[in-house]
Amino acid sequence: MAIKDFPIEEYVLPGSAACPGCPATIALRIVLKALGKKTVMIVPACCTAVIESLYPHTSFNIPVMNIAFEAAAAGAAGVEAALRKLGKNDVTVLAWAGDGGTYDIGLQALSGALERETNFIYICYNNQIYSNTGIQRSGATPYAAWTTTTVGGKKEFRKEMGDIIRAHHIPYSAQTCISYPDDLYNKVKKAKEIEGPKYIEILTPCPPGWRFSMEKTVEMGRLAVETGVWALYECKNDVVTFNGKSRLILENKIKRVPIEEWMRPQGRFKHLFVPKKDVKRIKALEEHIEKIWERYRKYYI
Amino acid sequence: MKYKRDPKRIREVLGDKIQFILGDMACVYGGLLAGCSFFAGYPITPASEVAEGMARLLPRVGGTYIQMEDEIGSLAAVIGASWGGAKAMTATSGPGFSLMMENYGYAVMTETPCVIVNVQRTGPSTGQPTLGAQGDMMQVRWGTHGDFEAIALAPSTVQECMDLTIEAFNLAEKYRNPVCVMTDGEIGHLRERIVIPDEKELKIINRVPATIDKEKFIPFSNSQIQKNSKVPDFPTFGTGYHTYVTGLTHNIYGFPATDKQKDHQELVLRITTKITDDREKLTMVEKLYIDDAKIAVVTYGATARPAETAVEMARRKGIKVGMLRLKLVWPFPIKEIQNLASQVDKIVVPEMNLGQIVHPIREYSEGQCEVVNVPKVGGEMHLPHEIFKYLEGK
Repeated sequence: MAIKDFPIEEYVLPGSAACPGCPATIALRIVLKALGKKTVMIVPACCTAVIESLYPHTSFNIPVMNIAFEAAAAGAAGVEAALRKLGKNDVTVLAWAGDGGTYDIGLQALSGALERETNFIYICYNNQIYSNTGIQRSGATPYAAWTTTTVGGKKEFRKEMGDIIRAHHIPYSAQTCISYPDDLYNKVKKAKEIEGPKYIEILTPCPPGWRFSMEKTVEMGRLAVETGVWALYECKNDVVTFNGKSRLILENKIKRVPIEEWMRPQGRFKHLFVPKKDVKRIKALEEHIEKIWERYRKYYI
Repeated sequence: MKYKRDPKRIREVLGDKIQFILGDMACVYGGLLAGCSFFAGYPITPASEVAEGMARLLPRVGGTYIQMEDEIGSLAAVIGASWGGAKAMTATSGPGFSLMMENYGYAVMTETPCVIVNVQRTGPSTGQPTLGAQGDMMQVRWGTHGDFEAIALAPSTVQECMDLTIEAFNLAEKYRNPVCVMTDGEIGHLRERIVIPDEKELKIINRVPATIDKEKFIPFSNSQIQKNSKVPDFPTFGTGYHTYVTGLTHNIYGFPATDKQKDHQELVLRITTKITDDREKLTMVEKLYIDDAKIAVVTYGATARPAETAVEMARRKGIKVGMLRLKLVWPFPIKEIQNLASQVDKIVVPEMNLGQIVHPIREYSEGQCEVVNVPKVGGEMHLPHEIFKYLEGK
């Protein structure tokens, strides 16, 4: 669906205390437009838990349960079971967590809910750091990125969450990015119509966390996809389909933009460019990304 | 790189002797000075700065910083590191402290020296992440299941965040028990002047390693080296001592004895009395105008600061008020409270919770005087006059 055709109803109301240029709010607004009014949301500790409900406002226009950090998927499993017992099959149960609450502390609960075939949608809005507590590294933080707990740059590569999710063989999983609202909307809409566990991960470039200027949020997301740092794809019943530019990259119809283009505007990679260009580490990340794409091509073309 | 505590290097990394720093950072300084070489943590407000400080400074003295996937993992890694021979530490706040409770008990049961800094915030649950509280003072004592003794310190100043973190390591090493530094969001996020002690002013205690003949070594009994010590000698992994470490009830040889009443009783009595036998030695209190006092404020942590002002206000009005500040809250200083209760007519206990430490105070004052609780919750400290009004006779 094109942006102009999105429903006019808003489920993220004024009163949000998000930072200027916040991608989480952009994502949430589109997701809730796709899911509609009959949605119950379970949110663990993350930016959304704070920014959308900072006293004296609550900007949610649907029922929300803000639950403990490790508990989003487990809490959602309880809500889902109870709603179904009451015969409320038209209500969508949405767990909405950040990458810390998904890749790290929440992984156990998420894996359990997927394995038990909980009929819900789990969305991870991935800004690649713990933003809410002040920019610490997470399992989703890319190699060489600065955070307050990786002061010289992270030494490890990020976890491939998509692979972990696909190992559960759930009916639907997808990766998308706030810079492609139609892609995001359509994937959420599709997930809503499918029975069983669904997982969607949205890349949400965070201006204060990634250290870029707030008007560049959408641009940073686009660059992430064009450089291949992030891929748009969906997996329905174990069949993976790449979307948009990611599909063209997969099929070698366009070349990936060098990752430097994505890294350079971000202050968290500044130490790789100033005072001297750290060719070794930039190349290491570039090669890592290329390896991922080689694997994609091997399995998904 | 092999870690060896290098006093010169530590001071090079810490910098100037006199500094103006954050309470959380002072806990980092204390850890480094004590010889901490391992930190595992997880982001949580208002304790994240401890992890961030450790991430920056610990590798520079040759130590290891790991950010874990949650607080359960943090304390588990710290316990593992301790058995690997490191002085190890983690830092958290309420929700993380709750998640640590199982491993906290595991550390007690396996007699693992380790330090947990709890920068308390209001609860229950997520509460007020950026605001201070003293709501975990009973959790630290009773939070994990079963019978155990806690050792918990409560700093009132940024300087004490450093000093008591050093002390926490000393007590952890000496008693082979987890030791908690119960600071709070107020002190943790406060900036104050600190003076870094010279090496000769420092007292550093290290665990007693097992050195006895390997065939004769008994891992979970009274020390085979120190006289009259119920603390077993530490068989660091990799030193050749065959040791089985378990959270199951174990006999003196470390073997599970899950169906033996006597073995369990002996074990639990030893790991609790190794601490309570030294209760009076461990007591750390600060007294202000206590000698002629008829009313006493008993306080700890951040609350001691408005309490002290209230006591000064009362003294200026000629009211005979004194203050007893508990720097070590657990094991509870029973004698101090008994003596105080026999001297004064009233004990006033301001706390940033709905009344926690007031309970043992009431218990051990044994009805000898009135005990008044002055609770305040919601992330704001007491104002001096809120305590003062309980000191004015009525």
